Amino acid sequence: MSKSAAELVFQNASIVHPTGVEVGDVAIAAGLIVGVGSGLTGKKIIDATGLHLSSGFVDLHTHLREPGKEEAETIETGSRAAALGGYTAVIAMPNTDPSQDCVAVVNFVRQKATEVGLCEVVPSACITVGRRGEQLVPFAALHEAGVRIFTDDGNGVQDPLIMRRALEYSRDLDIVLAQHCEVSRLTEGAVMHEGECCSALGVPGWPSIAEELMLHRDIELVRLTGAPMHFLHLSTAGSVELVRRAKADGLPVTAEVTPHHLALTDDLLVGFDSVFKVNPPLRTRADIQALKDGVADGTIDAIATDHAPHAAHTKDVPIDSAPPGMLGLETALGVVNTALDVSVVRLVELLSWNPARIAGIQDRHGRPIAVGEVANISVWSSTDTWNVSRDEMASKSKNTPYHGMKIRGKVKYTVFNGELVVDNEKAVR
Amino acid sequence: MKHLLSADDLTTDEIIAFLSMADHMAEVNARPVPKVPALRGKTVVSVFFEDSTRTRLSFETAAKRLSADTMTFSASTSSLNKGESLRDTIETLSAMRVDAFVVRHKSSGVPLQITEWTDACVINAGDGWHQHPTQALTDAYTMTREFGSPQTLKGKTVAIVGDILHSRVARSNVSVLTKLGAKVVLVGPSTLIPASATEWPVNISHSLDDVIADVDVLYMLRMQQERMETAFVPSLGEYTTRFGLTAHRASRLAEHALVMHPGPMNRGIDMVVDPADVPGSRILKQVTNGIPVRMAVLFTLLGAGNASQLTQGTDL
Repeated sequence: MSKSAAELVFQNASIVHPTGVEVGDVAIAAGLIVGVGSGLTGKKIIDATGLHLSSGFVDLHTHLREPGKEEAETIETGSRAAALGGYTAVIAMPNTDPSQDCVAVVNFVRQKATEVGLCEVVPSACITVGRRGEQLVPFAALHEAGVRIFTDDGNGVQDPLIMRRALEYSRDLDIVLAQHCEVSRLTEGAVMHEGECCSALGVPGWPSIAEELMLHRDIELVRLTGAPMHFLHLSTAGSVELVRRAKADGLPVTAEVTPHHLALTDDLLVGFDSVFKVNPPLRTRADIQALKDGVADGTIDAIATDHAPHAAHTKDVPIDSAPPGMLGLETALGVVNTALDVSVVRLVELLSWNPARIAGIQDRHGRPIAVGEVANISVWSSTDTWNVSRDEMASKSKNTPYHGMKIRGKVKYTVFNGELVVDNEKAVR
Repeated sequence: MKHLLSADDLTTDEIIAFLSMADHMAEVNARPVPKVPALRGKTVVSVFFEDSTRTRLSFETAAKRLSADTMTFSASTSSLNKGESLRDTIETLSAMRVDAFVVRHKSSGVPLQITEWTDACVINAGDGWHQHPTQALTDAYTMTREFGSPQTLKGKTVAIVGDILHSRVARSNVSVLTKLGAKVVLVGPSTLIPASATEWPVNISHSLDDVIADVDVLYMLRMQQERMETAFVPSLGEYTTRFGLTAHRASRLAEHALVMHPGPMNRGIDMVVDPADVPGSRILKQVTNGIPVRMAVLFTLLGAGNASQLTQGTDL
């Protein structure tokens, strides 16, 4: 294909490769990257001087709420939020209503997302039917339907027998189980991290040990079964150390951390504002430092948003009855770029390459910026600062914890399957 | 001061001001007709989402003695039962142009949340395990007046005994009493003292017998049946053995020592001895003192805040 046939060209971009950053042009046509070099032209030309161009981001942990809670988010509004955040693929968590525990619901989600077409929505599925922790879902049928990640997110799988069997069974298929680490008996009624602030506020605490005990159990089950496991949204210093040791032992485990667990602390709850209530809860400065160390040394593989929209009226209640969760897709780049002191290459590894591999979608996401590759691309500034406003979110909900905060790093353009879906910070539809 | 939400928000001077205002109110209460027109035309609504005897009636009596109009919202007969949200309930009441909400709720933080939904004053009458500031002011008033030291509790030791973890009274009292200079000792089993209490300005003991002879005030908390069901203590019997006020323990109190309890008592569990048999008991005095202290709070928040208004007397 000749260079002049390109539909879209980013000129003079700082292209992020695993080996480093290289300034150049990227040309796109018919859904593919058709040119990488200099002096490229095409129908639409975008000056990307000073901007980073990387493979599109992949979110391992997105709650789209459809089907079941469309008042909080829909596949359409969530896809728009994802695209604006630079994501070309999101893993849809299965705690919908009905839950994504059968092929019909999984296919519904995928079908709806295809119609929207702003990013790829990759459904995950539950480990147990209805996330009740009792009966395994039809793993093989769901695998056949394209599911690669299975999780009961929101509820950890409490029963060690069920988890052991699920791991053993998963070895027959090319899938990964993802665990939300929480011993639920230790967190009954919990509102926030069990610590100084919690004691002063007089609310039930969510102790770090509830996460670490479950993580420890499951690392040992991975050691026993040899099946891979991904650990969702780790939040404590102890968890980082457990995963670090498991990796040193050569176990097939991966782990993610959310932007908010890298940036926000438990004392934000002092005003009883339920926007800061999240599960696992915001922790302490020492935990944040340990998580950052884990990100820096490779213990943590991926940044995942745990984007969890909630309608305002469901959050405007006494804090102990407010549902946990906060928005994350549109602010993820800015928050982690502000919070972390890592190279641009490492940032893209955390936001794109590693999560694509963990999700089993590395055939089309998190790919090299090279001719012939599917054009799933994010173009962003690491220096632009902006004020977050809950009133300007594309998400249907407004529960961002960063309202009124200034963050550094902003997505300018997103290309999904060759189509420019975010143009100069605006979604095209 | 617009709201009274937490004892933590109060400065020492503000606490002392409340206590001396309460002296004026006690004088009003002692009159043949214990009523002044200080809050005439003001409307105070009690919004109790949780059961209460003394706090609700104490606030309503206080409001009436200041000539405020009072309304009582009763959760059990309200539209909450039709699914109306807390926010809509507050906004509805607020639309009736009330001047103050007196709020009790089982969830910590609700009074603070309510300030976002109304322009009226909000007074915390107890939220979850969090705060109960007027109880702490009442207790401080009772102690300072008993000891004849209106400005300070310096040199006094107060032991707060029992279920500290789930107690809004304990949290509020730690804040108020330590600001007045008291030395506070929290006494209870490790399961019922928050781990982070080591960061509070208090001492901690796990033996009532070790501390009882040295206290100026023994402040007993209510011990609830349900704590046993969640394994905080092996049994209420064992709790009583370690932390209940028995006649034997009461006999070891110093002669001048006061015994206090925010109520309701759980007789036979936290209070084994009959308080009527304990000379230092001020448990009913606390209830009496609750009225002038709450009058002081209402008057400070809603009135001109000037004690001379009270001398207008009974010309209603």
